[in-house]
Amino acid sequence: MTSKETIKLVEKANDYKYGFTTNIEQEFAPKGLNEDIIRFISRKKKEPKWLLDWRLKSFEDWKRKADNHPTWANLKYENIDFQDIHYFAAPKSENDKPKSLDEVDPELLRAYNKLGIPLKEQEFLAGISNSHKVAVDAVFDSVSVATTFKSELSKKGIIFCSFSEAVSDHPEIVRKYLGTVVPSGDNYFSNLNSAVFSDGSFVYIPPNVTCPMELSTYFRINAANTGQFERTLIIADKNSYVSYLEGCTAPMRDENQLHAAVVELVALEGAEIKYSTVQNWYPGDKNGKGGIYNFVTKRGICLGANSKISWTQVETGSSVTWKYPSVILKGDNSKGEFYSVALSNNYQQADTGTKMMHIGKNTSSRVVSKGISAGKGQQTYRGLINILPSAYNSKNFTQCDSLLIGNNCGAHTVPYINVKNRQSDVAHEATTSKISDDQLYYCRQRGISEEDATALIVNGFCREVLKNLPMEFAVEAKNLLELSLEGAVG
Amino acid sequence: MLKITNLSVSVDKKKIINNLSLEVPTGKKVAIMGPNGSGKSTLSNVIAGKGGYEINEGEILYNNNDILKLEPEERAASGIYLAFQYPVEIPGIANSSFLRTAINSIRKYNGKKELDTRAFLEECKEICEKLNIDKSFLSRDLNFGFSGGEKKKNEIFHMLMIKPTLCILDEIDSGLDIDALKVISEGITHYSNKDNSMLIITHYQRLLDYVKPDQVHIFNEGKIIESGNYELVKILEAKGYKEFV
Repeated sequence: MTSKETIKLVEKANDYKYGFTTNIEQEFAPKGLNEDIIRFISRKKKEPKWLLDWRLKSFEDWKRKADNHPTWANLKYENIDFQDIHYFAAPKSENDKPKSLDEVDPELLRAYNKLGIPLKEQEFLAGISNSHKVAVDAVFDSVSVATTFKSELSKKGIIFCSFSEAVSDHPEIVRKYLGTVVPSGDNYFSNLNSAVFSDGSFVYIPPNVTCPMELSTYFRINAANTGQFERTLIIADKNSYVSYLEGCTAPMRDENQLHAAVVELVALEGAEIKYSTVQNWYPGDKNGKGGIYNFVTKRGICLGANSKISWTQVETGSSVTWKYPSVILKGDNSKGEFYSVALSNNYQQADTGTKMMHIGKNTSSRVVSKGISAGKGQQTYRGLINILPSAYNSKNFTQCDSLLIGNNCGAHTVPYINVKNRQSDVAHEATTSKISDDQLYYCRQRGISEEDATALIVNGFCREVLKNLPMEFAVEAKNLLELSLEGAVG
Repeated sequence: MLKITNLSVSVDKKKIINNLSLEVPTGKKVAIMGPNGSGKSTLSNVIAGKGGYEINEGEILYNNNDILKLEPEERAASGIYLAFQYPVEIPGIANSSFLRTAINSIRKYNGKKELDTRAFLEECKEICEKLNIDKSFLSRDLNFGFSGGEKKKNEIFHMLMIKPTLCILDEIDSGLDIDALKVISEGITHYSNKDNSMLIITHYQRLLDYVKPDQVHIFNEGKIIESGNYELVKILEAKGYKEFV
């Protein structure tokens, strides 16, 4: 069979009632979402039957919801045609990729240069053909560093690998925890993700181990092409500690418009997980054309007593952001934190916040959210503090600040607070402010340009969140905020 | 030196400054006194480059350069400093980092390299001591939660660090107690020398008793109605503005 015929056959497979469970060695599935596609993905990944069944059940659930796309968020976007998406595609052919940086959008290059990204990494981020291997070498300086890094982790019994690898090498752990924090039927997009997820990261930290380095997707060799339906699972066993970094400050080129990731964190007794994100997907152009739709479900559970989960996020990208990293405080004395900076410029919209579910006794949570709107950007903080009857003597503190730049943007705050016992304390503070002409004039009179002054004021506004990021990430995030605000004034 | 010639300025078609001519020679301290609403603050803002004013006529030359074409930060870089009547608050930015950013921006504009951080901090501490300011001033957020007097002291602190060649002091004495007024006046007097000039805007005699001005102008309805030396201050204090208006 020639390859042309193969493609034709695959294209027809969408209508093919009995599925295309053939032995054809194709590298992509046709557009559309149906059971056969899911079977195809699972087969491609050589998954065990329980996982396929789990996917199929999720898909059944999703089908029932399919027409009830959630509309409660303060977001406006065109309907997503789920049948017009490829759910499994091999990496783009090297021939279709840009050959060199000369063929890449100059705006992108300007951003890379301003962020001080080395040339080799720029090539990788821009998706230059054959750049992957080089970039990995560049990131690690040399292959030996990568090897050292892997061996140091495995010496301590830490598992850090792609989700697919974990399914094949550590199925018992994956099976035990998958879907326990974010059940597949949790919401529309978690259902979708559970049916079609492509790949992602898996981390397991054994008892009493402090992970000796920040784990980052950026440093995982096969991090490229994890695709639009990412699935991440992190388990910190008793009294262990891990800090995990997701994303990177450089704008990533991506062909996929819809992203729907699921991240699950499990902290056992006395364990601590710190999860930091910098999200800078393509935000669309100045007129609001294009850009990523980012619908993410992130949740952690403090399963054991005295455990802690801390989310820190800097969200500057995507045209639509729908994201509520949450913590279930089940273990007694457990702690949950959420630190967030979200920025919407031009036509970007973000509806983001957190849920803190207090179940155990003496649990505490802290929420610090800083929303920045500029241009025609719309920004909503949506949060739920839920203190159940069992959560005696629990505490929450929420600080929720909005900063407006210009006259055409919007900031909205939607806090929900449920307290079901009399022994708990909840405090909510909120402010809305504007960068005033007087502030800018004052800075300029001292010799600081308008653009630098805006960045300075915004950084001051975000300081409490940025200081929670790992050091080098914090510096990058600062530059990123500056870059994302370009053109917001004047 | 600063040279203003036939300057007329209006806001929303209302004339605030009316055919004003004024010189502030290098090495001199020039005081402007006048009743509320006479256009004194407008004058300082027009020199510093605040937006929202319409220049109908005239020119402002600083060291023979037409500064009306320059952005506020370019004027700052050329040595013009305005001590604000109402300094703004910026939360989240330490006073010292703000000041270092300002000084380095000016240095960059003038083709000089960045200040050495340690030397900068040493100097900060030295000047704080001189102005009787607690060192915690440096790490507090810029003017955030400062008392009125602290804000004014901070304006003089910035001035002594930035080392401008033209200092415009817009009612630096308002809201100060006697002790603070004395410290600030000493700071100003100490800084003043033959290479820089001062334009001091005030309602009251008090400040001028400490900072002896070389020239005094009485301002009303956007123009100078009387000029003289320090003696004029005493006459004004005795007779009030009514005598001149």
